[in-house]
Amino acid sequence: MSETHNGHDHPHEEIKTGAESSLYAGRIRAIEALLVERDILTKEEVQSQIEYMEARSPANGARLVARAWIDPEFKTRLLSDTKAAARELGMDASGPVEFVTVENTPEVHNLIVCTLCSCYPRAILGRPPDWYKSFAYRSRAVNEPRAVMREFGLDLPIDVTVAVHDSSADIRYMVLPMRPSGTEDMGEEELARLVTRDSLIGVSVPLEPVLAG
Amino acid sequence: MTARFDPGDPVRVRPEDRRGHIRTPSYVKGKTGQIETGLGAFKDPESLAYGGSGLPDKHLYKVAFRQKDLWDGYAGSPDDTLYIDIYEHWLDPA
Repeated sequence: MSETHNGHDHPHEEIKTGAESSLYAGRIRAIEALLVERDILTKEEVQSQIEYMEARSPANGARLVARAWIDPEFKTRLLSDTKAAARELGMDASGPVEFVTVENTPEVHNLIVCTLCSCYPRAILGRPPDWYKSFAYRSRAVNEPRAVMREFGLDLPIDVTVAVHDSSADIRYMVLPMRPSGTEDMGEEELARLVTRDSLIGVSVPLEPVLAG
Repeated sequence: MTARFDPGDPVRVRPEDRRGHIRTPSYVKGKTGQIETGLGAFKDPESLAYGGSGLPDKHLYKVAFRQKDLWDGYAGSPDDTLYIDIYEHWLDPA
C-alpha cells in the first residue's frame, strides 16, 4: 500500500487490530470462523461477549471496596455475598461462577492466583493483567508469595500472615484491602480512586492519599 | 447428596497422575491439609470439559494447607497458608 499525503510518498503500514498478529490469534480466528460457519456461534454473540468484557474494569472493584470502607453493613454483605453486593451497586455479575471477597486485616494479607490457568473475577473486574496469566506469577505466587509482593513494592512484616488463594475451581476471589490511614475525611469517590487493580489481587495495597493526587 | 467432609476435617489430596482437564494442581497432590469450609456442589468440570453433562454434581471444598507443608524451605511465616478449592473426589480422610 502506498499513498501520497502531507507532501511525502511512502508505504504506510496497515493499522492492525491485533487480531491477526500472532500464531495463537490466527488459530483463534480459525476456530471462531469454524464455529460461526457451523452455526454454533454467531458473529453477534462473539461481539456481544467482547463488549460484555470490555464494559468491566477494576473500577467496579474499587467502588465495592470504597463503599465497604464507609458502610460497615455493606461490607458485611460484600463478604457474605459478593454477587448480591455487586448487584446493589448496579453491577451485573450474574453467571455460573461464584464470587468470594476476602478481607485483609492487620493480621492477615490475602493474595489471589490461579495456578492452572487465569481464573479471575472477570464479571466484576474485566480481563486480568497479562502478568497474572504468566507462568512466572502463577508458579511463584504460591511458593514465594512474599518475594512476589516485594517485587510489586509490598514488603510485609513476618508477623502478618500471608493467605494465598488458588482459585482452581468454580469460585473467583477478590481482595478487600485495608483502608489507608489519613483517609478519614475522604468521600466514597475519592476513596475509590485509591483502590488499584493490583490491590484487588493482593500484590499491593491501595495508594496513600498523597500519591493519589 | 450430602457432603462427606466438615470444616476442620484433615484431608489428603489423592496423588493421582491423571491427564486432561482436572482442577487439582500437582503441587497439592499427596499433601495433607484441612477443610476450611464447604463451598457447595457444582457440575463436574472434568466431565463438562469434554461435552459431558457434569452430573452428578461434585461437592467443592476450600482446603487450607500450611505453606511449610507444601514447599521445602518455604521462606515466610510458619502461619502462612495456602487455600485451594478441591472437589470431593480428589480428597481422602487423613
